[in-house]
Amino acid sequence: MSMWEIFTNYYNYFLVGTRTTIIVSAITVLVGFVLGCLIALMRLSKNKILNGFAKVYITVLRGTPLLVQLFIVYYQLDFIPWPKTTVLGIALDRALPCALALSMNSAAYVAEVIRSGIQAVDVGQTEAARSIGMTSSQTMLHIVMPQAIKNILPAIGNEFVTMIKETSIIQYLGVSDLMYNNGIVMAATYDPLPCYYISAIVYLALNLITGKGVSLFERRLHRSDR
Amino acid sequence: MIDEKNVLIETKGLEKSFGDLKVLTGIDVQIKKGEVVVVIGPSGSGKSTFLRCLNRLEEPSGGEVIFEGRNICEPGVDVNQLRQKMGMVFQQFNLFNNLTILENVTIGPKMVKGMEEKEANQIAMQLLERIGLADKAGEYPSRLSGGQKQRIAIVRALAMNPDVMLFDEPTSALDPEMVGEVLSVMKDLAEEGITMVVVTHEMGFAQKVGTRILFMDGGQILEQGTPDKVFNHPENPRTQDFLSKVLNCI
Repeated sequence: MSMWEIFTNYYNYFLVGTRTTIIVSAITVLVGFVLGCLIALMRLSKNKILNGFAKVYITVLRGTPLLVQLFIVYYQLDFIPWPKTTVLGIALDRALPCALALSMNSAAYVAEVIRSGIQAVDVGQTEAARSIGMTSSQTMLHIVMPQAIKNILPAIGNEFVTMIKETSIIQYLGVSDLMYNNGIVMAATYDPLPCYYISAIVYLALNLITGKGVSLFERRLHRSDR
Repeated sequence: MIDEKNVLIETKGLEKSFGDLKVLTGIDVQIKKGEVVVVIGPSGSGKSTFLRCLNRLEEPSGGEVIFEGRNICEPGVDVNQLRQKMGMVFQQFNLFNNLTILENVTIGPKMVKGMEEKEANQIAMQLLERIGLADKAGEYPSRLSGGQKQRIAIVRALAMNPDVMLFDEPTSALDPEMVGEVLSVMKDLAEEGITMVVVTHEMGFAQKVGTRILFMDGGQILEQGTPDKVFNHPENPRTQDFLSKVLNCI
């Protein structure tokens, strides 16, 4: 069968799979970013325990394969009563641990990017903010972070794109994402190549849109440079 | 000699070391309300460190800093509360790059003092008008010249309505033709009676605007007095040597 025939006959599988991929990616990117910010702050903290924890976290999560982390999180957290419901075709009891594992992994990379971004902001900015009586958290939130984010946005966008692609790994836990449904269509048609081409096009489209979004945001933030 | 009630800042045996390096080796000084104290001295003499210890941007290693009757190095002192009353102007301006000029000036009053946006904007615009930069309110710092940035930085500190203004070499990073505009704003402030502590290499400013000169070298105050005394009749040989180098350099 041609790619077009497969697509017209089975487009529903690809659509539903794409929806799952988008949802899981969005959760992963958001949670991963917030978690990454926290880990970065811990990494920069003077508190030895927080700092040490962040260091170990980053080392371990960057030093082991995502697939291994996925299964460890899934089996290690099986005592948690994940909701046994299905939302938009997504089985939450499997998708939630998956999203968690992906977020934790993403956070390690995001944390290192954010740390470098924060350290690149001139210390004079902090001193000026503290000199008018702002607290260290106000300074971080309103002065340092906005400038750091601006500098690291390209690297963060890169991480977002990576995570969207990496979500394809959750098919191994039976979450019906794009790759999982890709497998179903392959089994039905015995014609893998067109299926992979369709999936590749979908991933590419998602990442082009994400990249565009990041660069729009970047342009907005760079208003202060003009 | 000094009326105790009018003393705004006092340091007693103030010391600061960075590792093994002793930068301040016991500074005793009293600064009265309304004084314009100008700190001069060679590079590396500890002038800036002294200034930065006054609002604890540098944590003193020993001695006391007493501000408005309270030892600010004691545990339990709210350093943020303290800094609201001490405006600081930096050599590198340090305007917040991510905020507009207006936001640079209003963020302190709004965030630290909890002032309403409208009132903060009003105060900021009045201050910006005074220095002739009201038309820049909506711009970002990257669009301004060094002199403009430093005048804004002064206004940002003033917006907090501080009891003292600390200037850390405010003109050292400026192109020569922009030094004048910054010094003239500072001169206006001095004439209004705002207490100022100024670390500078601008000897003309020190002579004309300063009410008292401190000469520092090697982490100590070696000589102090009126501009006339320090500049025209210096007693300490190190002061004489320093002044002969900076005043008649050719």
